Amino acid sequence: MKTFMLALFMMCATSLYSAEGLKVGDNAIDFSLKNIDGSMVSLSDYAKGNGVVVIFTCNHCPFSIAYEERIINLHNAFVSKGYPVLAINPNDPVSVPEDSFEKMIERSKEKNFPFNYVIDETQSIARQYGATRTPHVFLLKKQSNNAFTVAYIGAIDDNHSDVASVKQTYLSNAIDALIAQKSPAPESTKAIGCSIKWKK
Amino acid sequence: MNRIFTLFLGIFAYCSAHAQVEVVSLAKLEAVLSSSTDTVHVINFWATWCKPCIEELPYFEEAHSFYASSNVRILLVSLDMSSELERTLLPFIKKKKLQSEIVLLNEPDPNAWIDKIEPSWTGSLPATIIFNGTSKKRLFFERQITKEELFSTIQQMKE
Repeated sequence: MKTFMLALFMMCATSLYSAEGLKVGDNAIDFSLKNIDGSMVSLSDYAKGNGVVVIFTCNHCPFSIAYEERIINLHNAFVSKGYPVLAINPNDPVSVPEDSFEKMIERSKEKNFPFNYVIDETQSIARQYGATRTPHVFLLKKQSNNAFTVAYIGAIDDNHSDVASVKQTYLSNAIDALIAQKSPAPESTKAIGCSIKWKK
Repeated sequence: MNRIFTLFLGIFAYCSAHAQVEVVSLAKLEAVLSSSTDTVHVINFWATWCKPCIEELPYFEEAHSFYASSNVRILLVSLDMSSELERTLLPFIKKKKLQSEIVLLNEPDPNAWIDKIEPSWTGSLPATIIFNGTSKKRLFFERQITKEELFSTIQQMKE
């Protein structure tokens, strides 16, 4: 009986754990999400590269806006090295009309986004990945079997308000580490951001 | 004369507005968090640009006046950029007539300080810590709090 209770507890603990989302080293979950050009985008579309810089972000959040230029620059710096950015908007447009699909198209045109910007309409990808805020980065590395694993989770850098004062470029350091066949250190960081607006 | 009057008025407005918001570093917050008195501390992390934060602000304001004469301290920690203090935060406080104690946390590199405030915090706003320094009871909410949750948690921490 004791063993049974323990097993039950372990099961609950495990399910709670997985509800927290992906950890560094986990296999990335594939998806099929609608891009601003109307096409569907999946991780498997990136099989020719070396990884994907998945960033949960959105239109309205001041932190996302503060990082827009930096995200564009990151993409431009790393796309030729096989690490393109894939931006995912997870927000409920009922709660934030500025984050609707139409507004995503507008924003990407205004800013000339050089990367795919997809919508997570059911929010299930944000939930499965364990994204909680925008921007929230999941750097994925392609393995020899073409599957993607999580290599780094967290912040883009250490100063959202002032690019000139940035001391730690966490994300680009992590990508550089992968390019050099090393493990990113730190492998995860925290940042302040807007909470993801979940459907009510 | 008129000019001097305007200048004085300006200085007065500047000083009185400033009296409302202290710009603090992490050390100041850590001192509050390590309090060992039996005051119930409610520390809410928010920002003027955060819609769910603004929606729940009235509950903290209500708790502030409701518990004015008891051992309850409401502290609203703004994570607005310090460059937005004059332009956004102070006018917002004035417009909303906020009465609770408000500080602006001015620390770069959240990765270096989020865990020191609460290890389970992933960094999204709003977030609220409610604790009693004597009983060491402590609850953390990384989401919007309801009015019922706020008041029942304060009550529970008082007992």
